[in-house]
Amino acid sequence: MNALVKNIIRFGLLILVQVFVFDKIHLHQMVTPYIYFLFIIWLPFRLGPSQQLLIAFVLGFTMDSFRHHPGFHTAACLLIAYIRPFLINLLIPQEGADNNYEEPSVKSMGGILPYIIFIGVLTFIHHGWLFLLEAWQFGNLWYFLVKTVMSTVLSVLLIIITELLFTRQQKFRTNTV
Amino acid sequence: MRNIFLFISRYFNFILFLLLQGFSIYLIVHYSRYHQAVFSKTANQVTGKINEQYSKVEYYFQLKKTNDSLVRANAQLYNKLKADFELPDTTSHFIIDSIKVDSMERYRKYHYFPAKVVYNSVAAQNNFIVLGRGSAQHIKEGMGIIDANSGVVGIVTEASSDFAVVMSLLHKDSHLSGKLLKGGETGTLSWDGKTPNIISLNGIPKNAKVAKGDTIISSGYSTSIPKGMMMGIVQDVTSDKSTNNFLIKFKTAANFYNLEYVYAIDNNQAESIKTILEKVKQKIQ
Repeated sequence: MNALVKNIIRFGLLILVQVFVFDKIHLHQMVTPYIYFLFIIWLPFRLGPSQQLLIAFVLGFTMDSFRHHPGFHTAACLLIAYIRPFLINLLIPQEGADNNYEEPSVKSMGGILPYIIFIGVLTFIHHGWLFLLEAWQFGNLWYFLVKTVMSTVLSVLLIIITELLFTRQQKFRTNTV
Repeated sequence: MRNIFLFISRYFNFILFLLLQGFSIYLIVHYSRYHQAVFSKTANQVTGKINEQYSKVEYYFQLKKTNDSLVRANAQLYNKLKADFELPDTTSHFIIDSIKVDSMERYRKYHYFPAKVVYNSVAAQNNFIVLGRGSAQHIKEGMGIIDANSGVVGIVTEASSDFAVVMSLLHKDSHLSGKLLKGGETGTLSWDGKTPNIISLNGIPKNAKVAKGDTIISSGYSTSIPKGMMMGIVQDVTSDKSTNNFLIKFKTAANFYNLEYVYAIDNNQAESIKTILEKVKQKIQ
């Protein structure tokens, strides 16, 4: 399948699943998992940083239009899209691995640990920024911290399950660079 | 000049990031009714359509609960039937009415419209409900919303042609006034953003008699919601040491987790009250 078509379908599915399934989860009236930003995590390596930012903006804005108070998810998505390239540079094991593979995955990141760190850091930043923006209007540090950490744990768990359920074919591209 | 271009091209991503981030924070902070008019009218229609499709599916799983609440509402209405009350016999003697104007004529003040809940959230810090009924079907801004058993749900904040967005009680800007049924003291509702279905009532003085289990009803001071609608039942009363008021937490009468059908209340006198208030304001200024 064409990468563009695949990404468009992924975009729609992730938004719908988030809005209609995961937004309904509200464990202990506090923890809500977010996985829609998996779209940003799974974006191809070859996209430039500014392209990633624009895509993240569109994703966040779409998510926000279901919430009737725009801005929160847009801001969080933008932040992780901005940090993502730096994090990939830090975590990718050998020179040119991001040329050999399409997207970030266990294989392309060279092992399960870097990949989970990659997901965990982005999830934590996303949740932290999202809840921080929301909490400005309420303000309670402990509540905010516990909520962020618990939600991050649940989200990462769900992302790993998603990863296991929907295995993505990662073709090794010839190293032409 | 060249250096400026160099600077921009070097830090283009960072500048773009800051610009977009700034824009989204601007949206959060300055999001007002004016922006809603621009943004929501279109977004509302699109997301409303998707929500409607989803709620059609979910509706079937809730049928039993919906039916139960309708039966309860029906029973309530039956109890209000005129036929169930005996009237005192006034036909035995004549009274000649000298007043030419019919002072017994009644005016309709409130009008109820049923509406289906298309989207509902409880998990966010600011929650909204979307109704599958809009301005084309007589839903206006500022209408009060109650559930099937007359528990207060919220107030309509915007309406597109086919959908309306309701600010539910679970919203930080939602400050309806509530009243203790027993004593009649009124206070303001506010939500702390943590537990859905638990709301606090502020501004009840300490000399009021409040106990766990007391009923809180709507005060009828706003034009949106009539007096006497159920708001909730007091769950916890603590006295605030710094002020002269109680801290009252109550459980809402409406269950925000499974709203299916709600009623929008149109106040026919809302317009005239508004014009009077505006006149008074102009006089003051």
